[in-house]
Amino acid sequence: MRKATVNIDKQNAVIRIRGLYKSFDTLDVLTGMDLDLYKGENVVVLGRSGTGKSVLIKLIAGILKPDSGTIEVAGEEIDQLSSRELQELRLKIGFLYQGSALYDSMTVRENLEFPLVRNSPDLSPDEREAAIREVLENMDLKDSIDKMPAELSGGQKKRVGIARTLILHPDIMLYDEPTAGLDPVTSGDINKLINEVQQKYQTSAVIITHDLTCAKTTGDRVALIADGKFCMEGSFEEVFQNGNEEAKKFYDYNFIEDS
Amino acid sequence: MLRFFTEVFRPPYEFRETIKQCYKVGYKSLALVSLTGFITGIVFTNQSRPSLAEFGATSWLPGLIAIAIVRALAPLITSLIVAGKVGSNIGAELGSMKVTEQIEAMEVSATNPFKFLVVSRVVATTLMNPLLVCYMAFVGLLGAYLNVHQHEDTSFLAFFQHGFPSISFLDLFASLIKSVVYGFTVGITGCYQGYNATKGTEGVGKAANVAVVVSMFLIFIEELIIVLIVNQFRP
Repeated sequence: MRKATVNIDKQNAVIRIRGLYKSFDTLDVLTGMDLDLYKGENVVVLGRSGTGKSVLIKLIAGILKPDSGTIEVAGEEIDQLSSRELQELRLKIGFLYQGSALYDSMTVRENLEFPLVRNSPDLSPDEREAAIREVLENMDLKDSIDKMPAELSGGQKKRVGIARTLILHPDIMLYDEPTAGLDPVTSGDINKLINEVQQKYQTSAVIITHDLTCAKTTGDRVALIADGKFCMEGSFEEVFQNGNEEAKKFYDYNFIEDS
Repeated sequence: MLRFFTEVFRPPYEFRETIKQCYKVGYKSLALVSLTGFITGIVFTNQSRPSLAEFGATSWLPGLIAIAIVRALAPLITSLIVAGKVGSNIGAELGSMKVTEQIEAMEVSATNPFKFLVVSRVVATTLMNPLLVCYMAFVGLLGAYLNVHQHEDTSFLAFFQHGFPSISFLDLFASLIKSVVYGFTVGITGCYQGYNATKGTEGVGKAANVAVVVSMFLIFIEELIIVLIVNQFRP
C-alpha cells in the first residue's frame, strides 16, 4: 500500500543532526552521522540490529548524551539545555518504545492520564476524560479504556503507546521498531496508523525499523545506516534500486509486499 | 540521597501516589506485623521467666518486657519485616519498570519519574514505619500480657502499671528516631537498587535481593550507632 501525499516543508528542519558520534566503552556506534528531518516528513531509518538505530532516537530525545556533534530539535540544541528546558522540549516529542513501555500497574486510562495530569494541570477532570476518550477513539481502542496492559494484545499495546504520546499533541514522533514482534496484518494496521497520525496530527517522525514493508509504507524518505553513519538516503526506490551493496543485502533478506 | 532531599520539598507534590504507597507500606504490612509482634511478646516473656524466677524476680517481668520491646525489639523487628516485605517489593517493582523502559518512558513524556516513583515511596516508608513500630510494640506487649496473665494471674492494669514506669521519655524518643531512620533506609535502598537495575530479569531479581540484604545490614549498623549515642544521654 502506497502512502498518500503529504505536505513537507523542506525549508523547515525540525531535527538537524550534524557530525554525531556516540560510543559505548570501546564500541563506536555512531561515527559522524548527519540527518535533517523536515516538518511534516516521515523519515525511516533502516539498519541491521546493533547498528545504533535506537541509540540515534534516544540521543534525539535527550535520554543519551552524544560524545560529539550537535542535535537540534525544534531549533534547540539538546546538549545545551538545562533539565527543565529539556523537559519542556520533550512535550514536543512523542516516543513509541519497541516494547510499548506501558505502565503495567496502571489501566489504559491511567496510562494516558499520567502525562496529561502532570503537563496540563489546568484541565478539569471532564476535559481530561474527553481528551483521553478522543485519542483512544482515534486509535480504535475506546473499549480498552479500563483494561490493564497485561490484558492487551501486542498490537493494542502499540496503539496505547501511540495514544499516550499523542495525548500531549507532539510535533515530532519517534517510533522505535513499531512493527517488531507483530504479525503481518497487525503490522499493516500499525503502518496505516503511523500514516494517519502524520496526516491528522501534522507530525514529523523518525521511524526506526528493519521491516522493509514498514519502511515502504510509512517513509517519505529512507536512510540506511551502516558502520555508524548513513550510507544511502532517498526515496525507498532510490535507496533499493541504486545497487548499493548494503541496501542489496538488506533487500534480499526481506520479503517485500509490492502493490 | 541528595537528589531525594532536593526533590522532596520542591513542588509539584505527588500526594496521590504517596498516599497509595502509605497504604501499601502500612496497611498491607499490618497482618505480618501483628502476627510477628504477638509471637515475639509471648516468646520473649516465656524465655525471660525462668531466669527471673531463679532470683524470685518474676514481678520484674512486665518492666523487663516493656523495656525490651520499646527500646529494641519493636523498632528492630518491625523494620526488618518492612525491609523484607516492602524493600524487596520496591526493588523488584522499580527494577522491572527500569528494564522494561517504563521509567525512561515517564522521563520522555516530560514528567519526573524520580518524584513519582522514588520520593513517594521513601516518604511512605519513612512515615509508615514509626506507626508500624508503635503498633507492633502494642501488640507485642499484649502478647506478653497474655503470657504473664496465664502464668502469674496478673491483671491487665497491674501488668501495665508495672511495665510502663520502666519506660522513659528517652526510650520512646530513641525508638521514634530509630523507626524513622530505618524506614528511610528501607525506602531509599529499595528505590536505589530498583532505579539502577540493569541486565533484564536477572537484574530485577538482583535488585530485590540486594535491596533486602543492604537494608538489613544498614539497619543493624544504624541500631549500633543510635544505641551508642542514646546511651550517652542515660543517667
